[in-house]
Amino acid sequence: MTTPTAALVSFKQRHRAVGSRTIKAWYRNGSLMAGIIIVGMLVLVAVLAPILAPYDPIAQHLTNALESPSAAHWLGTDKFGRDVLSRLIWGAQVDLRVGFLAVLIPFVIGSVLGAIAGYFGGWLDTVLMRIVDIFFAFPFYVMVIVLVFVFGSGEASIYIAIAAVSWVSYARIVRGEVLIAKKQDYVVAARLGGMSHARILTKHIGPNVLSQAIIYAMSDIVMDIMAIVTLGYLGLGINPPTAEWGSMINDGQEFITTQWQQATIPGLVVVVTSLGLSLLGDGLSDLLSPERRK
Amino acid sequence: MMDAPVLRVAAITKSYHLQTSLASRLSRNENGHTSLRALDGVDLQLNKGEILALVGESGSGKSTLAKILVGGTTPTSGELEYHGEPMPAHRDKDASRRIQMVFQDPYSSLNPRISVGAMLKELLLLHKIVPRGEVRAESVRLLNLVGLEEDALQAYPSQFSGGQRQRIAIARALAVRPDILIADEPVSALDVSVQATILDLFASLQRELGLSILFVAHNLAVVQHLSQRVAVMYLGRIVEVAETSELFSNPRHPYTRALIDSIPRMTAESVNEEFVLEGEPPSPFNVPAGCRFNPRCPYAKDVCRATDPGLEPVAAGHQSACIRAAELPDHSIALSISATRKATA
Repeated sequence: MTTPTAALVSFKQRHRAVGSRTIKAWYRNGSLMAGIIIVGMLVLVAVLAPILAPYDPIAQHLTNALESPSAAHWLGTDKFGRDVLSRLIWGAQVDLRVGFLAVLIPFVIGSVLGAIAGYFGGWLDTVLMRIVDIFFAFPFYVMVIVLVFVFGSGEASIYIAIAAVSWVSYARIVRGEVLIAKKQDYVVAARLGGMSHARILTKHIGPNVLSQAIIYAMSDIVMDIMAIVTLGYLGLGINPPTAEWGSMINDGQEFITTQWQQATIPGLVVVVTSLGLSLLGDGLSDLLSPERRK
Repeated sequence: MMDAPVLRVAAITKSYHLQTSLASRLSRNENGHTSLRALDGVDLQLNKGEILALVGESGSGKSTLAKILVGGTTPTSGELEYHGEPMPAHRDKDASRRIQMVFQDPYSSLNPRISVGAMLKELLLLHKIVPRGEVRAESVRLLNLVGLEEDALQAYPSQFSGGQRQRIAIARALAVRPDILIADEPVSALDVSVQATILDLFASLQRELGLSILFVAHNLAVVQHLSQRVAVMYLGRIVEVAETSELFSNPRHPYTRALIDSIPRMTAESVNEEFVLEGEPPSPFNVPAGCRFNPRCPYAKDVCRATDPGLEPVAAGHQSACIRAAELPDHSIALSISATRKATA
């Protein structure tokens, strides 16, 4: 009979190796680094807009309208003589803020409802998931446009409209993950340990199910920025004269044959932002999946 | 001399109902089976300070019984007594603390995102086992008890091997100071080389802490040197209970004999292949009439197909659910006969 001490094992060495490997994984995770750089630069531009922008984004100079790019106006001016570059920089502030906030609200609502539905099951689950089905039956843009019409254009109604429509995705994702996690033995063990349902859901299941929702949120920000741009293009978005990429594309498209940069450059910025967020989401999904944490 | 039972179940049954669509229920004919009896009247008692092995094939209901004992599932009917008092269906924090479980799969039984130290700390504080200042010392004591060092505290489960994970799972079960441990096939997911060390750990826990342990296994060989008593389960029933040495030397149920004979041996007698079970265990949706073992039993007679035997005493502390228990040929003689037959052939 061997005593338990015969199996004593030291972890110090392995532990240190794991620590440095985690840091290396960050560097080696190309898409995560590219995403962080792109999104980080965009956030920096948005934050530093008052310093970076050469002109007031809403000051009109009708005498200088529709100028071609020059040393004074690198991207030219729009039909009201406003500097396109300055509007682009200030627009980053509006679009990124609305994009992130419009994701945060449904992320919280959807995750909480999905987790409760998945964990407790029963009639609560049935009712919640049928409501989710109803929301899913309507196309995203149709619902958003209708809701913005009802509440009137402006930032607040965009938040309400997007939150009302997109919480269902988070509810579905988190519910599915909770259904898997709650059957794991560690959840049974926590119950045997005398822990309450609230504690198990927040401390034991939560951290294991949220990574999928966080990854989805990254691509959802892209969706929401597209939605804001689309609403801006349709004249339902942020109220003019606030600088915003969607309304810039809308304004610029009239002059696409003579002043192509007015619509094209904001369009390219939207594409780059989406690319950055997608890369970030991709990289995060690699980093957050526990299978990779060896 | 019988020790006082710490845990006793009587006439426990557990049925599961198969969910069927309305259409299939309407078209179903008379002999359709939609209800499954995982446990069909189980009587068992766990004595203080003993290791009782519960052995049976997959699907015999041993895991279901383990789940009922720890309160993970409620039985369809039957009684569950803890120290002679009926256990409530919904256990409070303190009641669930007293009976802890070690799971089969050490990979899904530890939360991948909680470090070993945080896991133990949460339990110790929740049940106020020790004051906050002594949590670390107590955690280290628990780790040492299961053969791990202090530096495992800040590590995550993914940094450990299967055997080490099982040690952590045992430390977690012990953290809340239970007096009963239910181990659901705790070594069957481990490498053979590691199995022995974990079995030793269970033996030392029983010796040093006086724990009462129900050790579920699908293999008699695993528990031969560990348990004091063995209960054999077949298709939702206990078919034989005896002290380990008695069970191995004098099995009084044909199924137990089959289990014993299925243990690989490294001796000349291991060429004995006389008693090999044929066929799969019957579907629990469609339990055979009479003795539930009769379709696979070489000793089955007409009476076995007609009467469903209960668990009856055959010797002191030895019960068997076989009508022909007394008539069964002596096992060791059966062994030697087959050996001589092989030798003369």
